[in-house]
Amino acid sequence: METPILEARHISKSFHEQLNTQVLTDISFTVNKGEFVSVVGKSGCGKSTLLYILSTMDTDYEGELLIDNELVTGKKAARLAEIRNEKIGFVFQFHYLLNEFTVLRNVMLPGLKLNRLTEMQVEQNARKWLTALDIVHLENKLPNKLSGGEKQRVAIARALINDPHIIMGDEPTGNLDKKNSQIVFDIFNTLSGKFGQTLLIVTHDPEFASHTKRTIEMEDGRIKKQ
Amino acid sequence: MKKKLSFDIAKALLLARLKQTLVAAIGVTFSITMFITLLSFMTGLNKLLDNLIINRTPHVRLFNEIQQNPNQPITLVPQYKGAHHFISSIKTANSREELYNSSAILRTLRADSRVQGISQKINTPAFFNEGNTRIAATINGIDVQSENSLFHFFDYITKGVAENLGIIPNSIVPGKALADKLAVDIGDMVYVTMPTGETFPLKVVAFYQSGINDLDKVIAFTSIATAQKLLGKPANYLTEVQVRLNDIAIAPAVAKEYRHLFGIQAEDIQTANAQFETGTSIRTLISYVVGITLLIVAGFGIYNILNMMIYEKMDTIAILKATGFSGRDVKQIFMLIALSIGFFGGLAGLLFGYGLSVIIDNIPFNTAALPTIKTYPVNYNPVYYMIGILFSLLTTYLAGYFPAAKAGRIDPVVIIRGK
Repeated sequence: METPILEARHISKSFHEQLNTQVLTDISFTVNKGEFVSVVGKSGCGKSTLLYILSTMDTDYEGELLIDNELVTGKKAARLAEIRNEKIGFVFQFHYLLNEFTVLRNVMLPGLKLNRLTEMQVEQNARKWLTALDIVHLENKLPNKLSGGEKQRVAIARALINDPHIIMGDEPTGNLDKKNSQIVFDIFNTLSGKFGQTLLIVTHDPEFASHTKRTIEMEDGRIKKQ
Repeated sequence: MKKKLSFDIAKALLLARLKQTLVAAIGVTFSITMFITLLSFMTGLNKLLDNLIINRTPHVRLFNEIQQNPNQPITLVPQYKGAHHFISSIKTANSREELYNSSAILRTLRADSRVQGISQKINTPAFFNEGNTRIAATINGIDVQSENSLFHFFDYITKGVAENLGIIPNSIVPGKALADKLAVDIGDMVYVTMPTGETFPLKVVAFYQSGINDLDKVIAFTSIATAQKLLGKPANYLTEVQVRLNDIAIAPAVAKEYRHLFGIQAEDIQTANAQFETGTSIRTLISYVVGITLLIVAGFGIYNILNMMIYEKMDTIAILKATGFSGRDVKQIFMLIALSIGFFGGLAGLLFGYGLSVIIDNIPFNTAALPTIKTYPVNYNPVYYMIGILFSLLTTYLAGYFPAAKAGRIDPVVIIRGK
């Protein structure tokens, strides 16, 4: 039986500032455990907006969102932060590492915040993921000394540190060259295949999408095909 | 959230902008330094000036004023009772300066628990003979030990040994100015003519310098016993008892009570020196106002720097929030940044303030009016250091609160999408 990790029920959103522009209309879909899903669509079709709603960071929408069978719509900001910390891993287009901390520390931060394991254990896990992503030799470097591809791999390691239920990516390869894009895609693919990790990746790269198991196509704020 | 993690992040953010952090902290340090120095120096000076009066003024002074008897014979005549009496040339015939029943008064005072100590005194006018010239002055017969313990008599001795007053019979301690007039030194004899007409030779054992030159010209001290001998009075003769209380504030009430109890004049220090309190409190107030103004200015500096830091760290805040740090956590991190600037800046301020106070304390300050003072007076009151650090924390807390709250409210979506 398939376990739903993420469930969107009739999600709509409109920007109120400019004469109620409707950006999302009645989006409903489910992501099950272990699925590797990509969301594609043209620029401005609302796929990023949808991702931020699904990630609980944007709370201004209509409809319902369930993560791990827990209704998150209407929850308090502090609880949403906990959910993000524990259940969601993020990979962004721009790598968003903290330049004040070393690579290892960057990866550890969400784990330390969760405070489920000791600092030692978090450090071991961080090193484990850095090793898996083949960047453990960079652990003591500061992020601004890394290349784009390396940074993105650090960001993936950080997303994995708390064993999240789902990893969300907002154009994670959008800023990378072909070779690095391929590396990142391979990592996602391995995570999905080998570790059974659930992934939801927003992309405008049709090649990337074509290699994922499931693709949700969006147009003008609606789901065109899934 | 674990406190340690907040501290780690705050520390990393602070160190990443070390120069800015230092500028903010130096602002706090400077204002706390000035606050401490200003208050220590100002109150040191205040204390010095107050002590000029308080140290030498009894809290309650018991004496007999020469006055006309209010019960004149005519008031005793029944038929003129209630009428207005015109009486010319009333004399103070039976009035004496002596305290009646002085030993009973002393016993009562010594038994009173509010009284810290008493000092007996005999005041008498006298003339010092300098060749043919006679210099009018007042001789105070004092109990040297109690005068010293209550009114720091020895502090004002500039030369000689004042204890000898109680040991060497017929000895005297003239004011320095008076001694200069008489051209005498320690060990010399001076000749004193009493109002009764008798002349006594007295040996100079020390000089006294009160800080008020005019007073030093007309005052000399001797022992009670010598004074009684000069006046030809018995051993219980006293003209004044000076009382020092444990609590200066109750002096007026105590004076009133003694007035009724002993039937003599009793004057309290507040009545005698009403003006000096006002000056003290205003000087202290000014110091506080200046110190606090400095701190508020430093507070605005911290506010600015934190605001700038938050604009610079938008990405960091957004990513912290995206990875599960709540608005409260972010606010806490920025409050920690503000408070550590306040704490370390303030701590450095206390040290520098102390250092500056020590330097001021060692600057020579010689004035003829204050013979015992050699350097600028500084009051090392730990209360100012407490106020300093508390106020630096309070200012940085307030200055940090609004920027930190703003950081806590930052919407990560806006930042991440805005790239």
